[in-house]
Amino acid sequence: MTRQLLTGNGAAAWGARLAEADYVPAFPITPQTEIIEALGGWIDRGEMGGRMVTLESEHSMITAAGAAAATGVRVFSATSSQGLLYAMEMIYTVAGWRAPFVLVNVSRGLSAPITLEPDHNDVLAARDSGCLQIHCSTCQEVLDSVLIAYRLAEHPRVRLPAIVNLDGFYLSFTREPVEIPGVAAVRGFLPPFDAENVRFRASVPESQAVAVLSGGAYSYFRYETHLAALEALRVYDAVAQEFAARFGRHHPAVDAYRCDDAEYVLVMIGSFATKARDAVGRLREAGWQVGLLRPRLLRPFPAQAIRAALVGRRAVAVIDQNLSVGKGGILHAELASALYGVADAPPILASFIGGLGGRDIAPEEFFEIVRVLRAASDSGETPPPRLLFTADELCETRKLQAIAHVERHELGNGP
Amino acid sequence: MPSVHLLGTGTPMCAGCGGLEALHEFYDQFGAKSVFVNAAGCMTLLAAYPFTPFRGSWLYTAMASAPAGAQGVRDALDILAATGRMPPEDDLDVVVLTGDGAACGIGLSATSGAIERGLDFVYLCYDNEGYGNTGQQYSGATPHGARTATSLGPHGFPGEKKPLFDIWVAHRPVYVATVIGAEPLDLARKVERMKGLKGPRLIIALSPCPTGWDFDPRETVQIGQLAVKTGIWPLKEYVDGKVTHTKVPRERLPIEEYLKRQGRFAHLFAPQRDDASIRGIQARVDAYWESASGD
Repeated sequence: MTRQLLTGNGAAAWGARLAEADYVPAFPITPQTEIIEALGGWIDRGEMGGRMVTLESEHSMITAAGAAAATGVRVFSATSSQGLLYAMEMIYTVAGWRAPFVLVNVSRGLSAPITLEPDHNDVLAARDSGCLQIHCSTCQEVLDSVLIAYRLAEHPRVRLPAIVNLDGFYLSFTREPVEIPGVAAVRGFLPPFDAENVRFRASVPESQAVAVLSGGAYSYFRYETHLAALEALRVYDAVAQEFAARFGRHHPAVDAYRCDDAEYVLVMIGSFATKARDAVGRLREAGWQVGLLRPRLLRPFPAQAIRAALVGRRAVAVIDQNLSVGKGGILHAELASALYGVADAPPILASFIGGLGGRDIAPEEFFEIVRVLRAASDSGETPPPRLLFTADELCETRKLQAIAHVERHELGNGP
Repeated sequence: MPSVHLLGTGTPMCAGCGGLEALHEFYDQFGAKSVFVNAAGCMTLLAAYPFTPFRGSWLYTAMASAPAGAQGVRDALDILAATGRMPPEDDLDVVVLTGDGAACGIGLSATSGAIERGLDFVYLCYDNEGYGNTGQQYSGATPHGARTATSLGPHGFPGEKKPLFDIWVAHRPVYVATVIGAEPLDLARKVERMKGLKGPRLIIALSPCPTGWDFDPRETVQIGQLAVKTGIWPLKEYVDGKVTHTKVPRERLPIEEYLKRQGRFAHLFAPQRDDASIRGIQARVDAYWESASGD
């Protein structure tokens, strides 16, 4: 075991290296590229086994990843944003193949307008695909989650691709101290991939991913996939416990921070949850009984653990770093479905949207969110969804527009 | 020619399918120690749960990325062999199987990538000159003048058939050939030759399509032979950097003999004869052979 300063991308690459991934189909995209550069460098210098191939698109990359996993080798891949969406047909397809591999997604806001900094609309577009999803908030978690994700994906009762998500810039390019476990310790936790009888061999011909010609057969396979994903809930808890026993770091499916006596709870995923964590400390100092609930596992959805953590609270704020246009926060709707009709569920479940395209969420905004929760709790009325945006930001945007207008006007009068 | 037929019968392909005819001949010659990596098209229905006519393996991918699926399977098999996790006798040949729609359009980029990476695979394209599985809309492979479900004008499809053979050859792969089921000896000889090579090996099989081209299923072989005898489907191969015609129709039959047998060209003959269009198609064929006469 060594301790190093690693970026989130570096931690993801180390996860793949320690998992001894056989095959890395790749395609560059900001802010993910550092991962495949690191892996390519190690493979080229002989520091890591395996083979890396750059495909001509993410669609092909995920096809190759699924096909190699279906042939029986351990596969790692990584993408971001537009790349994940370009691959989306195959993201659904390889889940249907029940091809287990790990894909790291480095979250980045979706076009248009095109941007580089993070939010979660990219990875949440894969929400219903059948790929499992683990969301990280630190660089250490990224490395650990890649290892846990392999155990989960390759479990014979699961056999599904798993996406490990980290936020672009905030994690991808941020250095944090990361413990890198030793190869032998990782081998003890993660044995080689055993494809059992689902693979291609000349002596045992196999048809995979064949067409079905009826709704009955289609439903059979879709339900099987769903049940396998639900099975991953139980498997996750066991794997996380084992990981904790071996490496001393516990990564529960749902991370509850200072929730025990909390009247008000913030719900967030990803690296921005560390901002909320910091705000919880400040709010506690100011006398607020507030906590933070951070689901790490989003698929399968740990509804039971979320319910257990939230019953009896006065009010809950779901802060979504995503926007389902025309609907609102995606996690808010998921939380509502987990809590509706549950005895002693929090009477207020408020929705806030923030952090789109990497926009900061400032400490004072967390204070404002908790004030809104208390007012709602006192009045018994759920507040309307709030899109976080300040007067200053509007002013800055207007200023840019004004400059553009002036420029155009001056150019129009120029030579 | 093998006397044992490897592909099972009773598939859901249409009666008289020229693509299935070519696949039968290919499979007999190539052998069943293979995995077919398929893209969306007519032949996706060959393996429908829980049945398959293949003695070997099968993986359906998507319309655009069968060559990338072949890349994943090939690389995985190589890794398993190199690390001693698979005995050599368990190795497989990887065969991409797609129609012309996938080959010429949505999947062309994936094919280009696979060839450029020197992937050791075989690509068999059954070319029925349109999106046959969805009812014969025009594709990149539709020939000039053919009527399709989306080219119903008085002169048929106004565009030109995409030169897929030339596009593939421009990548300098190990082997490229055109074949047709109606010339089984030529097809078998090419499969045999290509079997002994390593690297990207690509074959286009013109596939007379009774439903899409509108002719009686029993005429598939005749129409295939006419495609060769009129010179509209040149049988050729590219190997060692050189294109060679393998069956040159020294005295080409008039193109009309091929066109008039198919409903998709009926508008060229009735209600009145469209001489200009017929002459135009003949001129294209003549120009091709003129330019190929140096071979």
